[in-house]
Amino acid sequence: MKRIKTLTGKTFKETTSVGE
Amino acid sequence: MIHQYRSNGYNIVMDVCSGAVHVVDDVTYDLIEEYAKVYEAINPDDEKKQRDLTEGEVDGIVSKLSSKYSTDDLKESLEEIEELISDGMLFAPDEYRNIIFEFKKRKTIVKALCLNISHDCNLACKYCFASEGEYNGERGLMSLEVGKAALDFLVANSGSRRNLEVDFFGGEPLMNWDVIKQVVQYGRELEKTHDKQFRFTLTTNGVLLNDEVMEFANKEFVNVVMSIDGRKEVNDHMRPFRGGQGSYDMILPKFEKFAESRNQDKYYVRGTFTHNNLDFSEDVLHLADLGFKQISVEPVVGGPEDQYSIKEEDLPKLLEQYDILAKEMVKRHKEGRGFNFFHFMIDLNQGPCVVKRLAGCGVGTEYLAVTPWGDLYPCHQFVGNEDFAIGNVFDGVTNLELRDEFKLCNVYARDKCKNCFARFYCSGGCSANSYKFHDTITDVYEVGCELERKRVECAIMIKAAMAEEKEN
Repeated sequence: MKRIKTLTGKTFKETTSVGE
Repeated sequence: MIHQYRSNGYNIVMDVCSGAVHVVDDVTYDLIEEYAKVYEAINPDDEKKQRDLTEGEVDGIVSKLSSKYSTDDLKESLEEIEELISDGMLFAPDEYRNIIFEFKKRKTIVKALCLNISHDCNLACKYCFASEGEYNGERGLMSLEVGKAALDFLVANSGSRRNLEVDFFGGEPLMNWDVIKQVVQYGRELEKTHDKQFRFTLTTNGVLLNDEVMEFANKEFVNVVMSIDGRKEVNDHMRPFRGGQGSYDMILPKFEKFAESRNQDKYYVRGTFTHNNLDFSEDVLHLADLGFKQISVEPVVGGPEDQYSIKEEDLPKLLEQYDILAKEMVKRHKEGRGFNFFHFMIDLNQGPCVVKRLAGCGVGTEYLAVTPWGDLYPCHQFVGNEDFAIGNVFDGVTNLELRDEFKLCNVYARDKCKNCFARFYCSGGCSANSYKFHDTITDVYEVGCELERKRVECAIMIKAAMAEEKEN
């Protein structure tokens, strides 16, 4: 991708206090 | 749902329901904006997808921008957008409602206790929700018997969970220091016999802090919170002794020593900003300039009758302050003198799973507060309100109806969260704040929401800047 850089790892779908 | 914004020179696109965060060029930013207008008109509900866009609709979007960008640029940008859509990282649906309600139906275990070890205080902070430590009740110190019973209750109700959190809170906990030490010792004995690990934490105003406390804390407490509001005049206006004199000069040297003794880690200096210091970024930077590396300065939550409370008209100034702070943090990080700010801490690589994000903080179920007399409340903010008495450490949770009400607290229980881009980061906000303003635990505190949305934007911008720096 040249125009878009994604900062995140796993998507939510793939996955006391929130933001191992 | 898409949320996009420009900050500090970065074009940021959040795909709300997948959690994906993208930094994009100008062409892509504008194209996604136009795409979203059409897509969200056809699919207004994140939970009920109607259909994808037709080829004709996409052509219409592209032609809208053809006078501003070249055909090649638009074509290349569109290809990348469509790749992300097919990978589930743009315009993803919200499909977690049933998972969350199923999750919340599970048997509850208790993970953490707030031990109000002291309902008394040696300061008279004007904004204290505990009313000088007494929680609108009588003064009192927790006995060792109640402290032990609280740990026994936690062990007995924690199922197979090994790690258990216990926070010494108040009032001012150090007014009951001997009992704190004995409760910790009792906890260490329980660890051996029950295969548990206690993580003790402490919140203190610093007045009684001394070398003995620091030494013990550095050995036994995984985190300590030191209360100070920032600049001397700000702190002393809101955090005086009962006689009226300020506390800054007494507590600051102790806090500096304590933070150093913990190697500038595993602590927070924690302040509160109010209507009286809307330029609160100055207080954060004051604490940073003093050498503190772990800082939290948070908005007061006061009622309309309180002079110091945050008013709606204060919001533009406060939102600007968060932007100023975020930019300064990026600058200082690049200069090698960065610091952490609690409300800007966000993990984009390996954050919590979506279930945790939507299920809430654990109030009234996984987390409970204990009064000096052993009474249980859903959290420290509800202590003293008899409508929220939920049991005691000797008999356990007895108000099952109330517990079940809290079990249903999650993002989907709050209608106002439905179209909010920050809902996967704030978990629906604070039930106690909701109750304070709306007499129900499943509403939201709107001023707090506005501030939270800005903090999420700032935190992500900082991550974008860090990523760019790493790349270069």
